[in-house]
Amino acid sequence: MADFSLSRAVRWDTVVGVLLIVVLLLSFGTVDGFGNALNLSFLIGNTLPIALIALPMTLLVVSGEIDLSVASTAGLSGAVMGALWNEGLTIEAIIPICLLLGVVCGLVNGLLVTRLGLPSLAVTIGTLAAYRGIAQIVLGSDAVTDFPTQYLDFAAGRIGDSFLPQAVLPFVVLLAIAVVVLHATPFGRATFAIGANEEAARFAGIRVKRQKLILFTVTGLMASLTGIFWALHYASARYDNATGLELSVIAAVLLGGIDFDGGKGTLGGAIAGVFLLGALQNVMSLQDVSAQSQIVVTGVLLVLSVLGPRVARQVALARASQRLT
Amino acid sequence: MTHPSDPGPAPVLALKDISKSFGAVRALRDVSLELFPGEVHALAGENGAGKSTLIKTLAGVHRPDAGQVLLDGTPVVFHGPGDARDAGIAVIYQEPTLFPDLSIAENIFMGRQPRRALGRIDHKATHSATAALMRRLGVELDPDRPARGLSIADQQIVEIAKALSFDARVLIMDEPTAALTGSEVARLFGVVRTLREQGAAVLFISHRLEEIFQICQRVTTLRDGAWIASEPVEGMTEDDLVRRMVGRDLDELYPKQDVTAGEVALSVRRLTREGVFTDVSFEVRHGEIVGLAGLVGAGRTEVARAVFGIDRWDAGEVEVDGTILTNGAPSTAMAAGLALVPEDRRAQGLVMDMSIERNIGLTGLRTTVRAGFMDRGAERSRSLDWAVKLQVKYARIADTVNTLSGGNQQKVVLAKWLATGPRVLIVDEPTRGIDVGTKAEVHRLLSELAADGVAVLMISSDLPEILGMADRVLVMHEGRLAAEIPRSEATEETVMAAATGRAAA
Repeated sequence: MADFSLSRAVRWDTVVGVLLIVVLLLSFGTVDGFGNALNLSFLIGNTLPIALIALPMTLLVVSGEIDLSVASTAGLSGAVMGALWNEGLTIEAIIPICLLLGVVCGLVNGLLVTRLGLPSLAVTIGTLAAYRGIAQIVLGSDAVTDFPTQYLDFAAGRIGDSFLPQAVLPFVVLLAIAVVVLHATPFGRATFAIGANEEAARFAGIRVKRQKLILFTVTGLMASLTGIFWALHYASARYDNATGLELSVIAAVLLGGIDFDGGKGTLGGAIAGVFLLGALQNVMSLQDVSAQSQIVVTGVLLVLSVLGPRVARQVALARASQRLT
Repeated sequence: MTHPSDPGPAPVLALKDISKSFGAVRALRDVSLELFPGEVHALAGENGAGKSTLIKTLAGVHRPDAGQVLLDGTPVVFHGPGDARDAGIAVIYQEPTLFPDLSIAENIFMGRQPRRALGRIDHKATHSATAALMRRLGVELDPDRPARGLSIADQQIVEIAKALSFDARVLIMDEPTAALTGSEVARLFGVVRTLREQGAAVLFISHRLEEIFQICQRVTTLRDGAWIASEPVEGMTEDDLVRRMVGRDLDELYPKQDVTAGEVALSVRRLTREGVFTDVSFEVRHGEIVGLAGLVGAGRTEVARAVFGIDRWDAGEVEVDGTILTNGAPSTAMAAGLALVPEDRRAQGLVMDMSIERNIGLTGLRTTVRAGFMDRGAERSRSLDWAVKLQVKYARIADTVNTLSGGNQQKVVLAKWLATGPRVLIVDEPTRGIDVGTKAEVHRLLSELAADGVAVLMISSDLPEILGMADRVLVMHEGRLAAEIPRSEATEETVMAAATGRAAA
């Protein structure tokens, strides 16, 4: 009975959007060095890897699944890229191979989850370790840094004199695609239905397993694209690139109001969550907060972001029932 | 407490002019009710009439906006369910929740077991107190038996015993018989009569009207949150009661039209799923309603699931209008013109957190599409169309389905499937747990669909429904088709004989 008042309650993704604006304004006003163009381009450039993987991760979590192996897939892609470059292949040949590798990584996760019916949390913890291990076997402890300049320049360059990195352009295109797929296509509609009630989705003729397999595969593809971007952006391909990035991605997505149990959330909220986390990490770096402490903050945010929407819902419910009694 | 002016016995519990609103919805309007000791009082009304709200008000869950609750003639205010329980009011729900690993006795005396020295639990005293309660109810249940594995009927008995252990004087039974078999209902009624003779007041809710006439002395009817009548059951007919509930004469409950059957629409040939059902063959023709009867667990639902592609079959073949279906693929079954309205609407039929519009839209993800994108206009008009055609009662089409009553939820599931324009419609328990008015509407709808040439396969545990609606009755027994009975020969006796394996096919 309280539902119609709930729909009028504040939506969590709006809360996160407002929070992002508040944090940005506060940082401009109070944090030294935050507002200059160089820092802003660092902020966005460092946040882009999180944002890129957050796109497919949002769809995956909405469907009720999760992929913890994304950072390892990114690392593996970078490592293979470095190894093949050392072998003398051209970068134009290497990139498609790496992307294909990402597809395979995602496919393996997806097949283990859909064919064997294993929980994705367990499967991808396993492949998190496995993919990273393979990366180390492939490249050892080498760091490959001598990629062609025009690629390095693209990955690190800015648009004209602005603070925006060039890589923002392809990201915006991918973001638009993801928004349309999740919010305006039958595929997206089915994704929400699967996450909210998988059995009812199956009874409605939705091909649940096929859809999940596609989502895992695309996640692998985007993770490897991120790995390539990472290696070029930082001009360093190492087996341990992007270690721990999955924590940031999942924290950001959940912070953006994507329900961990599936079936709820918007991509707008998820991306707001990503940049909120990115801005906080940037501010902490400017304030000389150590990397370890930043991970603690990310972890705490992760817990809060699972709690936050629930508390918001409880508060809305309580307020609604107070109005009623 | 009696007043000198009172002519008869005083009501133990009374509601006086109770009103209760949720937002803009007025769930109860000036409802009054008196419960006397030693009576079984029926509460009748369609889904959404306000029965649940009334029960929750009596049980202290809701506080009324206006009006009084009188206990022995004294106004009381319940601040929570605990207050109502302490006042001697107990609610027995349809599906009790016991601790499965504890014994019956421990469940009854949970948290207040008799103690011995040093605070140790006195198992002997707990046991004998439970045995005494069971004797009082005239039921044989071993107090030391764990609750796990008890039938729902036995679990209800445990709940009733627990209520008695709290010295309950008022028992509210919310659809206690919905999940019981015939003999279990008879035993429950025995217990209810015993309680009545011991002076308890029982408020009894059931969708099965015949039960009201069997066990109740008086009946109070609610409609749209308003009190309609409180009157003795004696002298009333079922038709009278239905008229009070729905406010008009109910068209026939089983409006079966005579239809000449057409071509074969659904053909199931030697279908087998190992360990579940074996060698099942039957046909349903266009225009026919075929009933599929059998005891719970006979394999009816399982056959329907396999035919639609939810589960895979191990052998056999299914054909819909000339198309051989792919094993385990609901999407191809849908494309061939098959629709399945599943048994469990909350778990299988609906996404409860989604809107009415989108729930109906889920079966249209292939059709309400333009250039690969959702055509929201088409989706909305498709959903609105069918919601209106089926007379779903809702505030806004964008409301989530969990705001609807059970009967209206079932209509949304039907709308969702009728919107696909099926040539073959399988309905599994289409009217379970919905009120008599909606039930008649669903039956009329099925009859009209058949008249339009749709082949209908209707699974039901409601025998009068099968007999009233089906052109032919298929009966399953232990995973096999036991009999096929034409409408002219179908009676409760012939169907039950086949369902229990007493007659050969």
